[in-house]
Amino acid sequence: MKIRLWGTRGSLASSGPETAGYGGNTAAVEIVSADGTILVLDAGTGIRRLGAAIDPSVERLDILLTHLHMDHIQGLGFFAPFFRPSGEIHIWGPASATMELRTRLTRYLSPPLFPVRIRDLDARVVLHDAPEEPVSIGGFEVVAQHVIHPGPTVGYRISADGASVAYLPDHEPALGARRFPEEPRWTSGFDLASGVDLLIHDGQYSDDERATRIGWGHSSVSEAVAFAELTRVRRLILFHHDPSHSDAVLDALTEVARAGGTSIEVVAGREGAQYDLGTGVHA
Amino acid sequence: MAQLPVELILVRQLAHGLAVPTFVVDAAGDLVFVNEAAEALLGLDFEDVGQVSFADWTTAFASRTKGRQRADPATHPLAVAIRQRTPVHGPLRIVGRDGVLRSLVVTALPLEGSRGQLLGGLAMFWEPPTR
Repeated sequence: MKIRLWGTRGSLASSGPETAGYGGNTAAVEIVSADGTILVLDAGTGIRRLGAAIDPSVERLDILLTHLHMDHIQGLGFFAPFFRPSGEIHIWGPASATMELRTRLTRYLSPPLFPVRIRDLDARVVLHDAPEEPVSIGGFEVVAQHVIHPGPTVGYRISADGASVAYLPDHEPALGARRFPEEPRWTSGFDLASGVDLLIHDGQYSDDERATRIGWGHSSVSEAVAFAELTRVRRLILFHHDPSHSDAVLDALTEVARAGGTSIEVVAGREGAQYDLGTGVHA
Repeated sequence: MAQLPVELILVRQLAHGLAVPTFVVDAAGDLVFVNEAAEALLGLDFEDVGQVSFADWTTAFASRTKGRQRADPATHPLAVAIRQRTPVHGPLRIVGRDGVLRSLVVTALPLEGSRGQLLGGLAMFWEPPTR
């Protein structure tokens, strides 16, 4: 299973010299299994470059949306495979009690916010509710579960090739805890992340920032580490960087995350970074 | 023990901050949380008791008839709310672990997820209005 980060920023794209190191594009992650199946996690602005890099001969792609906040869907209209008539794109997203996924996505993918409607895309688009029971997508097994974040939001656990990754880019598990971290059954996201080889997790804030933003749906880097330790993952990628955080701030926050002496390998998600869960970081 | 649905996790956190005595049960009807106000009302320490099966809590806190006889556990308002997927509101006579008979008013609600699946339920207990 090969993973590439195409966008690691949260909330708002933030290009500029001060963010050039970790990148300014919002959430987009590519996962490719050994059999060539491609999953795309979220459709933030990072998905534009990803789409341009996908071989036009690829017939099927699956986009797994965690939720429909703009920083996770804004790149949809700029994803080149949508404009290839031979393609088939499956979009998975969290169910709403009152509206179908198509209706909710159309709020963005329609005038006046965007000139092209879903029905006008060249590729065949198939929409699905995020799977709350495991489903097979090519060589992957995928399961989704609701997690704590404002509005319907899921995280994903993805397995293939004997490895597993959990993706919880927007997650505030401490909101549901009297003392965080606490026992697994009362911890949002626990079953998704338990024992995975790689956890990609919200680490938007410093502890001081988090203290003034309770209920905003995000975690501090130290909460991300605490969650990773509770779930006994092997490696943690801090993700959904605050748009106001420069590369220097992210370096400092990563050191804070490591300062507690965790045995888990902790890195800040960097645009362009690639991981091979069989052999470790290779770029 | 598997993680509970995130909706129940958030309901527990809400109940934790409320002054009104509150029970939270899972989809099987097992009692998974009692807030401090309910602990005081019923004379129990939930930290010591932990999760209580549906059969045990409906027996321990069985509603009583006017003659102080134990009512059928299946008629407990929270049991009805979950079984019938409907809110229930009405009077309840209950004996806590401290042996005291209390006349209360209960509001019981089923909790359904975004796909309509039963997640559990909650009951809030109120002192009856004085005349």
